[in-house]
Amino acid sequence: MSATVRIPTILRTYTGGRAEVPAEGGTLADVIDSLEQNHPGISARVLDDTGKLRRFVNVYVNDDDVRFSEGLQTTVGEGASVSIIPAVAGGC
Amino acid sequence: MAAQTVASASTDSAFGPASALSCRECGERFPLEPLFACEACFGPLEVAYDLPSGDPETLRKRIESGPNNIWRYAPLLPVPADVASKPNLNPGFTKLVKADNLARELGVTGGLHIKDDSGNPTHSFKDRVVAIALEAARTFGLTTLSCSSTGNLAGAVGAAAARAGFRSCVFIPHDLEEGKVVMAAVYGGELVGIEGTYDDVNRFCSELIGDPIGEGWGFVNVNLRPYYGEGSKTLAYEICEQLGWRLPDNIVIPIASGSQLTKIDKGLRELIALGLVEEKPYRIYGAQAEGCSPVSTAFKAGHDVVRPQKPNTIAKSLAIGNPADGPYVLDIARRTGGAVEDVNDEQVVDAIKLLARTEGIFAETAGGVTVGVLRKLIETGQLDPAGETVVLNTGDGLKTLDAVAPTSRPTATIRPSLDAFRAAGLAG
Repeated sequence: MSATVRIPTILRTYTGGRAEVPAEGGTLADVIDSLEQNHPGISARVLDDTGKLRRFVNVYVNDDDVRFSEGLQTTVGEGASVSIIPAVAGGC
Repeated sequence: MAAQTVASASTDSAFGPASALSCRECGERFPLEPLFACEACFGPLEVAYDLPSGDPETLRKRIESGPNNIWRYAPLLPVPADVASKPNLNPGFTKLVKADNLARELGVTGGLHIKDDSGNPTHSFKDRVVAIALEAARTFGLTTLSCSSTGNLAGAVGAAAARAGFRSCVFIPHDLEEGKVVMAAVYGGELVGIEGTYDDVNRFCSELIGDPIGEGWGFVNVNLRPYYGEGSKTLAYEICEQLGWRLPDNIVIPIASGSQLTKIDKGLRELIALGLVEEKPYRIYGAQAEGCSPVSTAFKAGHDVVRPQKPNTIAKSLAIGNPADGPYVLDIARRTGGAVEDVNDEQVVDAIKLLARTEGIFAETAGGVTVGVLRKLIETGQLDPAGETVVLNTGDGLKTLDAVAPTSRPTATIRPSLDAFRAAGLAG
């Protein structure tokens, strides 16, 4: 499966400044592995030492927050859009 | 963006006593720039200070001789010393109302006060945080002021931008209360309704700030969030000053993202560190609506992470299902011996009317949540009624008329005659 991943500003040092990059994989975990192969170091920014999503990272597959679905095992379909977004925005 | 040499307070007077941005998670430090998330761990950045040292009495007198707004606390905020001379809404120093009638009704014997922030220029506490963000935007040379908002913030940003000569473009969920939509639109900036929840709006804004479209934009609660959040410290400063430079025993604070609660705690700890108040234990209580209660759910379950929820409550200003500062709220409630509790929509409406009936204060739904939660905390033995307690009302009831309109109607409608008055049973 091929997906498009939107990269937040603070991770664009790993993607040569690009805001969107392609990645392969049938699950979110696969997509992050694919990102790591093409942009070494990016995985450790998104995942903690135990391999889980960091608590201040939100990831959306298409429009769905993966915390409401299967987390890293969330299915990423062909042509899906994956967004990585800092969680600390918003609110009062 | 690597961690860089950090500007010192002495060389960066635009931010007063602020010395750096610091990650709350890993402690990495960054320069005072429009940044909000740590590059290393995505943790939230907050302002670190070299706070004034010296005689507390001198600082206390300096504050007391300042203007009757938040700028009296400029020595403790990330703003320039001449901030009061710049075009801003100058919010704050709202009333701390001694609520003896409500105290009797609830059985509070140690003293009860309402910090009534409906008295701010756009009738919510948001004017405090926007005032600080506006100064940061000015310093950074940003030209458009923006935000994701549940309503109150949109109005505060629109008004502050109008006063200061910024363009504004604010984003709200499409289904907000009419009072908040009108108040956000009237200041002449652009107001965009997003088809989705607040969390969808927030996500959209986070993506916009990373796009070239967002260059030159100051999103007060995204890329200016570290500065913006500091405005809530002024609630802590004012409460203590208005109590005669004392800490209360209990404070009940509404939770949306949780930022306000964490900053009030930060402000209290600063006052202790500066010697402006005598140190003693205080308890911080968080208040949520049952229909959006991710933090109280986590608190009651003993968790230290917050599982997001899909909001469904009349307390729309608190309807943030994925609260950014939720984990820190849990830490603070547990550290201080407080709690996080929630009430349902019916209890929110009852509490709005209770506050109005006993103290003549018409709170928006968030105020109904705090007063309702106070009642529940007392009834369940989680809050000691013998302690001195402060409850926040963060907004004006005129903005959320729908909540109480169905049950707040004329007692009678009669012909203009004494007979009709008597016939209606109103002659006493």
